[in-house]
Amino acid sequence: MSARVPLLEVSGLVVRYGAVTAVRSIDLAIGEGEIVSIVGPNGAGKTSLVSAVAGIVPPAAGTIVFAGKSLAGIALEDVVAQGIALVPEGRHIFASLTVTENLMLGATVRADADGVRADLDRSFEMFPILGARRRQPAGQLSGGEQQQLAIARALISRPRLLMLDEPSLGLAPTVVDQVYVLLRTVRERGVTILLIEQNAERVFGLADRVHVMSGGEFGLSGTAAAIKADRRFDAAYFGVHMHEAAGDR
Amino acid sequence: MEHFVQTLVDAVSVGSLYALTALGIGLIFGVMRLINFAHGELITFAAYALLALFGLPVPIMLFGAILVAVVLALITERAAFRPLRSADPTTLLISSFAVSFFLQKLLILVVGSRLKGLDFLPALGRQVELIGVRLQLLQIATILVSAVLLVALTWFLRSTRLGLQMRAAAEDFRMARVLGVRANRVIAMAFALSGVLGAAVSCLIVVQTGVVQPRIGLQLVVIAFVGTVIGGLGSLTGAALGGFLVGAASILLQALLPPDLRVFREAFVFVAVALVLLFRPQGLIPARGLKERI
Repeated sequence: MSARVPLLEVSGLVVRYGAVTAVRSIDLAIGEGEIVSIVGPNGAGKTSLVSAVAGIVPPAAGTIVFAGKSLAGIALEDVVAQGIALVPEGRHIFASLTVTENLMLGATVRADADGVRADLDRSFEMFPILGARRRQPAGQLSGGEQQQLAIARALISRPRLLMLDEPSLGLAPTVVDQVYVLLRTVRERGVTILLIEQNAERVFGLADRVHVMSGGEFGLSGTAAAIKADRRFDAAYFGVHMHEAAGDR
Repeated sequence: MEHFVQTLVDAVSVGSLYALTALGIGLIFGVMRLINFAHGELITFAAYALLALFGLPVPIMLFGAILVAVVLALITERAAFRPLRSADPTTLLISSFAVSFFLQKLLILVVGSRLKGLDFLPALGRQVELIGVRLQLLQIATILVSAVLLVALTWFLRSTRLGLQMRAAAEDFRMARVLGVRANRVIAMAFALSGVLGAAVSCLIVVQTGVVQPRIGLQLVVIAFVGTVIGGLGSLTGAALGGFLVGAASILLQALLPPDLRVFREAFVFVAVALVLLFRPQGLIPARGLKERI
């Protein structure tokens, strides 16, 4: 648990799809300004966890409190107005709309037209390639450019918490490097980040704290440095029960 | 030459009418993945509104027709389709048939199934001479009204915030909602717009045929639906083009086929439709990046 003021507090979260339990009683706290990462293999329940926080999937049990306010029963379209933005797995940019239109949609919940225009210009400064292609349909962008667009679109809602679900998926390693450099810049702007990744090595250099998730549970939690050095990491990542792993050694 | 131009204008006029009808269907399919056969009843009810208001000033009749179609569209959305929003497309399709049948039978119960004559805007039946060719004023009016509505709809979708949200919702509704787009508002707007388009079609078809009957909308919707399919389900440009082509082809075939084959013109249209779908199953202008519904 962070010593800082918790911005997001998830307690006893359970997510079920019919008979399948994807998330089993997870507790998660993220302090303001932190970068917390959840790493784990495919099917660990990472996406289900962020989907529940984003309001996409209703939790079967547990509470989600954001900035001191419960998100229970809140409609999907109202979550972003609370200050939570999601960059979903697969990016989900609107391929037929232009880059600018995609960004404008990120500002759906904002009423300050002048502020949005200023933020649009700021986005084009931060993501020059988007500025150069502002009138092109987003479907014509490369995978890396689309990822930048998805991040820029999420940022334009001025979130307090930015959740990214596997932002490196399907991207070339050099492009992933660029995305991670961007995330550092985002953090410097004071945005709290929840980062979901399969590739743990990637997050160690960026995250403050890391949770290793497998089979719907956190097997290991700690600072990035501690998790990186922890010999139990592989066992936790691949879902081997902790005491079994300890017994093996 | 004169006959050729007259046929061409007739084809464009009928094509425009089907394009407007297909757009009404396409708008709802875009945001809900619902093929709304009850769109025909919006046209029919608007026609009966004209009948009920007959004798009042024309602007009031037009306003009444639009109001009835829009309110009916919003009621069907709220009462029949909203509770089924997360249901699969087949359930939605069947419910749209149910709404269509219900409204049709309700109308027969209340006003009867007999044809009723309605001499609405008889001045549009006049012939006018344009660059040496005699044309019916109604055909020109149909083309103009369709063009104005197409331009207005395009402006709304491209230049307004709600229009942008509708286009986003049509492509990926869930992501649009994640960004804060309000599902109820966008869907209600699509239904209201489909009501406006339905009312416009209704007014034009009533002037053209001079009669009102309970199946007036259904016949248009079935043909226009074929148009949306060949145009590319989910694409508004495709819907407009497909509707236009089906309508225009039917008139051109009527004029160009040998007299003894003219009774089969619909068969020729559907052969053409089958060929289009054989070579372009996704339609002439497929929708880009269609994602799951809400």
